[in-house]
Amino acid sequence: MEKVIQGKAFVLGDKIDTDQIIPAEHLVYSLSHPEEKKKYGHYAFSGVPLPESGLPMGHIPFIKGENHLSDYSIIIGGGNFGCGSSREHAPFALQVAGVKAVIAESYARIFYRNCVDGGFLIPYEGYEKLNDKIKTGDELEIDLAANSVKNLTTGQEYLLKPLGSVVSIIEAGDLFEYARKTGMLQG
Amino acid sequence: MGMTITEKILAKASGKSKVVPGETIWLSVDVLMTHDVCGPPTIDIWKREFGSSAKIWDKDKLVIFPDHYIFTANSHAIANVAKLREFASEYDLPNYYGPGTDRYKGVCHMALAEEGYNVPGTVLFGTDSHTCTSGAFGMFSTGVGNSDAAFILGTGKIWEKVPESMLFWFDGEIPPYLTAKDMILQIIGDITTDGATYRAMEFAGPGVMSLPMSERMTLTNMAIEAGGMNGIIEADELTEAYVKARTSKPYEIFRSDADAVYQSRYTYDLSKMEPMVAKPHSPDNKDTVRNVQGTRLTKCYIGSCTGGKLEDFIFAARILFGQQVQVPTFIVPASTWVDQQLDVETVNGVTLRDIFKKAGCQIGESSCAACLGGPSDTFGRAQDEEVIISTTNRNFPGRMGSKKSAVYLASALTVAASAVKGVITDPRDVM
Repeated sequence: MEKVIQGKAFVLGDKIDTDQIIPAEHLVYSLSHPEEKKKYGHYAFSGVPLPESGLPMGHIPFIKGENHLSDYSIIIGGGNFGCGSSREHAPFALQVAGVKAVIAESYARIFYRNCVDGGFLIPYEGYEKLNDKIKTGDELEIDLAANSVKNLTTGQEYLLKPLGSVVSIIEAGDLFEYARKTGMLQG
Repeated sequence: MGMTITEKILAKASGKSKVVPGETIWLSVDVLMTHDVCGPPTIDIWKREFGSSAKIWDKDKLVIFPDHYIFTANSHAIANVAKLREFASEYDLPNYYGPGTDRYKGVCHMALAEEGYNVPGTVLFGTDSHTCTSGAFGMFSTGVGNSDAAFILGTGKIWEKVPESMLFWFDGEIPPYLTAKDMILQIIGDITTDGATYRAMEFAGPGVMSLPMSERMTLTNMAIEAGGMNGIIEADELTEAYVKARTSKPYEIFRSDADAVYQSRYTYDLSKMEPMVAKPHSPDNKDTVRNVQGTRLTKCYIGSCTGGKLEDFIFAARILFGQQVQVPTFIVPASTWVDQQLDVETVNGVTLRDIFKKAGCQIGESSCAACLGGPSDTFGRAQDEEVIISTTNRNFPGRMGSKKSAVYLASALTVAASAVKGVITDPRDVM
């Protein structure tokens, strides 16, 4: 596990559901085919209405043009991030787009599990609402040992909630690596 | 201190005499269900992680219902179904229900009930958030992603955090202008889309136990819309009769103890409740139908695992009998069995199918269809700036297709009444 995650912030509102993260019409693509899976990165957050895409101003596309990689690698969300469907395609799409971590006020259960058990990205919760304090494009640095995020653009620093009981799965990489490490799976 | 029904089932499945909320446990899974959207990536992860020696932990416990993107020319969607068919053939799976064959069943949550996979006291995981539907049968059921499903596929085990339970008690009997959809929209509006996150939603009381099984399934189906881990209703004689008619599997009936601990309790009096809608763009954006009546519509939609069951079509037919719809109205039976029943079930001596056809409705084939938008050629999909009233379960931006569309969620009674008038209409005005 990386000790520090640095990247640009992409800021979103409350209740970003899985259809906004990856609209259902795109769920037909293979997640294992090396070329086809890039489409998930390309369509990541394409369901977010443009006025709410990249707060506070909005109208900032997460992905530019035909790219599948985003300029932004840390997502700042509000409450109930990832609500809606069970599609693991959602955290997968964010990973393909280059996202390393999400910091939200709270998460929907299945999205949170998928982030952790699939090893796609780190789902942090803040102690306070951060999507009205951090702006899209701010340069952030998450310190995983200290459970904190520093806004390098403004100098502000915020504490994050420790990852809790799932930290052992995150540290192992994913649920399968965790199961091998603990002897539940062989090989 | 007593335990809730959810805690008792989880204790049994984890081999413990007692579990407490917040505790992380490992469960033995009784059924794993998957479909065409999440099945192929689940299989890929299973093969990647378990290698060439990958074994399915128990073929009898794996159930595959392709149902999402079935009636489409989209080549990727067709390839996904083909992949499931090849997997089922390679491993000689007994519980694969392939499209294009007489085994095809339609939407997985309805099919799980109809085919006897919902068994009181057991634990069912599925790669679909609405897997919580099966909880209507006094069992623990919840949705997971592909990695968790692949882990179950190889081991039969999965971790879960024991949820706190919330109790939703309904007094009285349901009046003819209300349905289970009004009950659950009221609850979701009251507690919001994350009011039950990581919690069990237990539905009880005479108002719940007087509902038929398909209406109970509407309650548990939408537990996820409040963030719930599971929705659950104790099994009774009705449940037992339904289950026994479909499977010989042994079942165990669990009941919450009188001194079970609940995180919160809510009590509703059905005689005082109103027909409800969830306004755009969230299932918790509740209002009474009265407050939004007259809203102009471009489309009405009756379908999905929560609103395309036989009871929903009987509700709709009572209103559509002898009437003409004023806006395009789409009917999508949740399962092929429900589809067949449209030719059997009658209102005033006329079959449901004839009532819908004469009213000018379009009837589609059983599948998830436009509930979740889907490929561009999906039956009933939202286009441009449409205003739709629908019996489905989600109305987040773009859920039914177009990002510009606005979707109201309501009961089949309210949707049918609105179809007749062309504007949102309280069913009491046309009954």
